[in-house]
Amino acid sequence: MIRGLVKYVDTRSGGAPFIRKALRYVFPDHWSFLLGEAALYCFVLLVATGIYLTFFFDDSRSTTVYHGTYKPLDGQTMSRAYESVVHLSWDVKAGLLMRQTHHWAANVFVALIVLHLLRVFFTGAFRKPRDSTYLLGIGMLAIALIEGYAGYSLADDLLSGMGLAIGYSVAMSIPVVGAYLAQLIWDGPFPGTAAFWPRLYIAHVLIFPILIGLLLGLHLLLVASRHHTQFKQSEKETERNVVGVPTFPGQTPRSLGLMLAVFGIVFLLGGLVQINPIWLWGPYHVGWGTNGAEPDWYLGWLIGALGVVPAFDVTIGHYTLVPNPFWGGALFPLVVLGTLAIWPWAERKVTGDHAFHNLLERPRDNPLRTALGLAIVTWVFLIFMSGSADRVTVLFGLDYTQQIWAYRVLVWVIPLLVFFVTRRVCRELLAGEVAEEIRHEAEAAPVD
Amino acid sequence: MTKIKDLLVALLVLALGRKRKPRAEHEDRIVEQGSPARGAENAVLALFFLATLASAAFIVVFAWDKLGSQTQWLGLCIGLAFILLAAACVVIAHKLVVTEELVHEYPDTEHPDEQLKIEQIVDESGSRFTRKRLVTLAGMGALGTLGLAALTPAASLGPVLDTEELYKTPWRRGRRLVGEDGKPLAAHEIERETFYTAYPEGADRELMGSPVVLVRLDSGEVVAYSKVCTHAGCAIALYRKPTFADVEPKPALVCPCHYSTFDPADHGKVLFGPAGRALPQLPLFVDRRGHLRAAGNFSAPVGPSWSGVRQGPATT
Repeated sequence: MIRGLVKYVDTRSGGAPFIRKALRYVFPDHWSFLLGEAALYCFVLLVATGIYLTFFFDDSRSTTVYHGTYKPLDGQTMSRAYESVVHLSWDVKAGLLMRQTHHWAANVFVALIVLHLLRVFFTGAFRKPRDSTYLLGIGMLAIALIEGYAGYSLADDLLSGMGLAIGYSVAMSIPVVGAYLAQLIWDGPFPGTAAFWPRLYIAHVLIFPILIGLLLGLHLLLVASRHHTQFKQSEKETERNVVGVPTFPGQTPRSLGLMLAVFGIVFLLGGLVQINPIWLWGPYHVGWGTNGAEPDWYLGWLIGALGVVPAFDVTIGHYTLVPNPFWGGALFPLVVLGTLAIWPWAERKVTGDHAFHNLLERPRDNPLRTALGLAIVTWVFLIFMSGSADRVTVLFGLDYTQQIWAYRVLVWVIPLLVFFVTRRVCRELLAGEVAEEIRHEAEAAPVD
Repeated sequence: MTKIKDLLVALLVLALGRKRKPRAEHEDRIVEQGSPARGAENAVLALFFLATLASAAFIVVFAWDKLGSQTQWLGLCIGLAFILLAAACVVIAHKLVVTEELVHEYPDTEHPDEQLKIEQIVDESGSRFTRKRLVTLAGMGALGTLGLAALTPAASLGPVLDTEELYKTPWRRGRRLVGEDGKPLAAHEIERETFYTAYPEGADRELMGSPVVLVRLDSGEVVAYSKVCTHAGCAIALYRKPTFADVEPKPALVCPCHYSTFDPADHGKVLFGPAGRALPQLPLFVDRRGHLRAAGNFSAPVGPSWSGVRQGPATT
């Protein structure tokens, strides 16, 4: 049977030599190499559950009065978009399961991308010849953030409406072109005309997913054509030799297992752990707001940045040139993603290291990069934390104003400390290894 | 009867039978040799069986209308089905498939000869051009302009280079303030230590320029401000509490998004937070029947600031 199938495929495609090679393609083995792969499976799950949701979603902002299963909202004026999501959640069998799984998958997707990025960064996997692969990854992270934001904005509940208002304000704050850009996207002042909603929908279900798919395809193509990086685990791994498990039979059940496990875990989350119960938030109206509504975790760094920046606008006479949301909402993510994007080239320039690298470094092997990287991570993390200062106030009674003032100082001081401590720790670890080696050699040496 | 017997025999053979005839072994194996592992094989069979049950349970739960907590049961069934299959894959990967360790060479870092050939092909292909630079420049100009032309239709998406609309609000002198229920608000209804949301009577409420917050100051005066934060456009939904401690007794309007804090007693001045300008104030007067009416438009443009926003009163 197998012979027949192989013969059929080969005679039609001429692909036998390629398939044979692909079956024995080598995958170096380390748990951290699975992070990116798991993110890929999340993307697959997002597309699958997302397609199901499109069958029930109505991308219309025209209003209707709710008379559905969920009685607390009975009689409320809301958009058809919001009504369709409430209907999907309460009246469509498996609808809520799919919606929650989709939402969880988005959260896990971005988390895995970030973990994958940290792995790649701190092991120097982005070095030549994989700088383009890395850059494509940064691009996907940026698009995934916007895609996730567009996704939960679509539901048109109170939380998503507030999120859109903030997004609109950030767009408006871009120097010179901001207002023009925002007016084009929203087709006029916020909350925009009826034309805006289909735009957001098409962006979420077509434009951004296709962009992610394209970048993902290129990313994987480059990974495969340059082969994977590997850790130096024995004498066999060198810059010229890649050591690992072949695609078939070794890697196939491993990858399948990972994929099924990702699907399983996210479906369990989607079924058992409530996420974004939009019927509790209620519909959005421009004049309505709520306290305590938190966005998805991956926007926390921007919420924090928007809130921690002191009141500071650039004004010329009676005109404002740069309104405040620009600093936290646009400049901050641009600086973070931009720094990450140019890192491989900057590092090459600074170190003068233009060599090919197939062997990974351990974080300690490059104290400067590890220390700088960890300082940046700390900086972003503290700004992220400042976004939850209001929760800390509600839960623990700490004064909000004082917390924000503390953050305004700490987001600069702690990363500096982290930098010096990390660099020191890396150097000490390396020195310790050298000392250990010398001791071993001395002990192994024959005693006269 | 014989059919049932045949079926039973077939099932038994399927469950217990081993490979029928050993296929001719190749002289040089590609995949490394490993010994059979009946225990692991049984575990995989059991996991597949359980996964089948879980998937079937999903279908049953889906069809079972009277079952409560359907989302949870559905998620549990499908999640377990995937996890059990994943477990089967893990057993296969670690116990049933030989873990080979192959050493391959990385692909060539580069192909200098091919690079030269490509360069040569490109060079030689252009040998009939005498003014390469000019042609390239002209071509780039043509393509660039075409690109601009392709982008131009995007201007249909919305108002082009026009921000006048942003200064407009539905408020004008004499317009009554109505509550959420659409009824006119009387000045004497406005109490201290709480705040009210009001809209312009008969106007679209879903405009940034529509909603206002009303508070009665300690001085007894009733004041109205735009309800949309000048920082990032959220609705100002908090009146000091619960985010501020008792040590700051001064009443303030607070935006729940990034906690921009405005002083209603001082023309909406920013007390704390990231907002770059004061909350626009709506002047009020009380008509003969005691209802609140706007005495004009806002003191400044409403909503989030934008690059180029002109300070000064809003327009109708």
